[in-house]
Amino acid sequence: MWIYEKKLEYPAKICTTNPKLAKVIITQYGGPDGELAASLRYLTQRYTMPTGRSKAVLNDIGTEELAHMEIVATLVYNLIKDASIEQIKAAGMEGYYADHDKALYFVNGDGVPWVAAYIQSKGDPITDLHENMAAEQKARSTYEYLINLSDDPGVTETLRWLREREIVHYQRFGETLQHLYDYYNSKRVFY
Amino acid sequence: MDNDRKTMLMNLMAEEFTAIELNLYLDTHPEDRKALNDFNETVERLNDLKAQYEKRYGPLLNFGFSSSEYPWQWIDEPWPWEINFA
Ligand SMILES: [Fe+2]
Repeated sequence: MWIYEKKLEYPAKICTTNPKLAKVIITQYGGPDGELAASLRYLTQRYTMPTGRSKAVLNDIGTEELAHMEIVATLVYNLIKDASIEQIKAAGMEGYYADHDKALYFVNGDGVPWVAAYIQSKGDPITDLHENMAAEQKARSTYEYLINLSDDPGVTETLRWLREREIVHYQRFGETLQHLYDYYNSKRVFY
Repeated sequence: MDNDRKTMLMNLMAEEFTAIELNLYLDTHPEDRKALNDFNETVERLNDLKAQYEKRYGPLLNFGFSSSEYPWQWIDEPWPWEINFA
């Protein structure tokens, strides 16, 4: 069960219409290391976690990622909603416009649609936690590249906050991995 | 959206973000009493802020977690993605 709360997790800021920026930020909506992938990955892995603690972490971080997806969508929506045809053409967004107008769709910056193959659910909790720690680092790197590309101070601030969340999630997954090692009570060699 | 409402909403967001952060921390540190106290105090402040906000601007939550005045207020705009905090 999920309840919708009619507010964003963080106050998204957009200074000016900027389809060029929307075109790259959309990768965090429907790209390989984006928020949809993150959310669905954790929410589908949670069923086969062995402890209450690991189930809670995947459930809660998976839920928070849905809120991040909404923030990314808010950035993209507001960056393109008032764009003229000329601005859309200048941004190289004609292909997207032809298929979706200014609607939100799950693609990366080059228009490649989201696929479930971006994520894994392996059934081995240790393996899944490693995948999730890597996913958080990949998302952090992507936000850093987007910050490099951003020329909108409001958007940059919002992206910085999203980047910080990846660091916190990485930390919580690392603690969960350690907890699982303790649970399996094995002195493991990192191979 | 007027500034009063925006300020109220941002205070609520800040308090709820504190709750989210403490919630995730407690998931991996369930025996941290100090964090648990902070969490429970945050919940109280958050409930107060939500009640004040909903009284003025209508329901924040669907499916039975907020009540509505007449006529059904859940459908009122703006929706979250229509509010720009820049
Ligand atoms: Fe994350």
